[in-house]
Amino acid sequence: MEKQKKTLIIGVIGADVHAVGNQILYHAFTEAGFNVVNLGVMVSQEEFINAAIETNADAIVVSSLYGQGELDCRGLREKCDEAGLEGILLYVGGNIVIGKQPFDEVEKRFKAMGFDRSFPPGTAPEVDIECLKKDLHVED
Amino acid sequence: MKPVLLIDFGSTYTKVTAVDVDAPRLLGTANAYTTVQTDVNDGLKNALAELERRTGRLEFAERYACSSAAGGLRMLASGLVPELTAEAAKTASLGAGAKVLKTYAFQLNEDDADEIRAIDPDIFLLCGGTDGGNTACIVHNAQVLKEIGGDYPIILAGNRNAARTCSCILEGREVHVTENVMPSFGTLNIEPTQQVIREVFLNRIIEAKGLSKASELISGILMPTPSAVMAAIKLLAEGTETQKGIGDLVAVDVGGATTDVYSVAEGLPDDPRTALRGLPEPYIKRTVEGDIGMRYNIRGIVDAAGLKRIAAIADLSEERLSEIVDFFAMHTDRLPYDEETQRADESLASMAVRVAMTRHAGRLSEIFGLGGLQLIQTGKNLKNVDKFIVTGGSLIHTAHTGRIASYGFYDAEDPGSLKPEHCTVLVDRSYIIAAMGLLSQHYPDAALTILKEELKEDDRTE
Repeated sequence: MEKQKKTLIIGVIGADVHAVGNQILYHAFTEAGFNVVNLGVMVSQEEFINAAIETNADAIVVSSLYGQGELDCRGLREKCDEAGLEGILLYVGGNIVIGKQPFDEVEKRFKAMGFDRSFPPGTAPEVDIECLKKDLHVED
Repeated sequence: MKPVLLIDFGSTYTKVTAVDVDAPRLLGTANAYTTVQTDVNDGLKNALAELERRTGRLEFAERYACSSAAGGLRMLASGLVPELTAEAAKTASLGAGAKVLKTYAFQLNEDDADEIRAIDPDIFLLCGGTDGGNTACIVHNAQVLKEIGGDYPIILAGNRNAARTCSCILEGREVHVTENVMPSFGTLNIEPTQQVIREVFLNRIIEAKGLSKASELISGILMPTPSAVMAAIKLLAEGTETQKGIGDLVAVDVGGATTDVYSVAEGLPDDPRTALRGLPEPYIKRTVEGDIGMRYNIRGIVDAAGLKRIAAIADLSEERLSEIVDFFAMHTDRLPYDEETQRADESLASMAVRVAMTRHAGRLSEIFGLGGLQLIQTGKNLKNVDKFIVTGGSLIHTAHTGRIASYGFYDAEDPGSLKPEHCTVLVDRSYIIAAMGLLSQHYPDAALTILKEELKEDDRTE
């Protein structure tokens, strides 16, 4: 039997309609051997959580390009805990804050919000994939 | 002439419809009280006697029946997330003609178990998890069902990775394993489940409902009445190989206990840039408003629409309307008996149509983002549907059918609700839709011809 693939929920959070990066991530993650549930653009926190429950997902990967990510992501970890998804891996990436801010500070803030990893603009999908494989203990 | 008899065993009335399938036309209809407690054939005989008084003696070549007697096909369903597999389970059951008493989400608890034991359904539909997804919930729920006991059949249509485990837990029970209602995230796969529901109904429920005595008399196809209605609606919309249908449509059946809405349409957004949210919608969709009915749930209409508004439409004082509502709630067998009660009945029916249609139709919402205006649609877009079929006592026995039906249309008061904009109202004056659904199983062309002939464009509106 084929080894059970790890399931990722991906999508662009909030009122953000940037679809291109989302498609690139979908193809890159699928190619890398993940089972990817792509929720597309304009995804609410509740939709990420519902999809993760039903599919028994291993990680939620949130994208945000329009600068409002910090607002949109607030409380997602707490809601995951509430919904029984304690300990699920949470990633976020893109232009996740307004303006140009030092990324180590941004990362710290998102860490405090419960995100296991944050990725700055322009991160190549390979970087995410490597981290996912490490965090989810996927062997090549 | 080749007369065929169609029988509908309802909870109160047994209704018979005679048609000629050689030169397709309606020969006559009649009804009598259902006698499911004693021998269903008594009620059937009485109805037939009444029919033949009207039509003269008929030698029926074939007889077919549908039934909603003894509470209809009473089902319970469970899933995992309310908006996902639980919703898919409910949609599947309703589409198979069931009366869904309750839909559970997440893990069943002790109170749920007590409730399920008390309800003692005809079928339990157990779902939850996409294939390869969550198994914990459905396995837990199977365990709860085992502990509850009972002898109703259980249909397993959840995560396929949990199917074997659940079957083992439920060993000794009648279990039917079928495909997942949501095999992958966001896809709806309800036909296999509906097929199993139909088989279970045929093989098992008919006997349990005291209808087996009648089955000696009839050639076959006992199906739940709502299933027959759906078959007729589908036929009317799509047509047959040789005869065109009338296209996309909406049908509303305002009954004494519930209001059912059917739509046949893809229901996609007008503007392709609109984002679609939520579960994909079935092309033929049935919803049942269990709190909206003209007698048993008359107070549900008042709760949903407000006494003030209904009184204003009826041109009655709120006090008088309140009295009339109490009267009909107490006397569920009574019809309007004077001009005031007639006005009240029509206003209540108008609001029943409006509330049920608003719940059935999809919704368009607007979000302003950095990219400007973004439209989001949930549910079905019925704005472009142009045929509106109405049935049910309060709508077919009035001169104001068109006016009542128009409350189901798009209106500026609630612009986000995607109800039909411009519709021709077709009235089921002879109450034959379910009968034609039954007939369509063997004589689709005759059924379609009769439907087109008998569903009259509303011409009694003032």
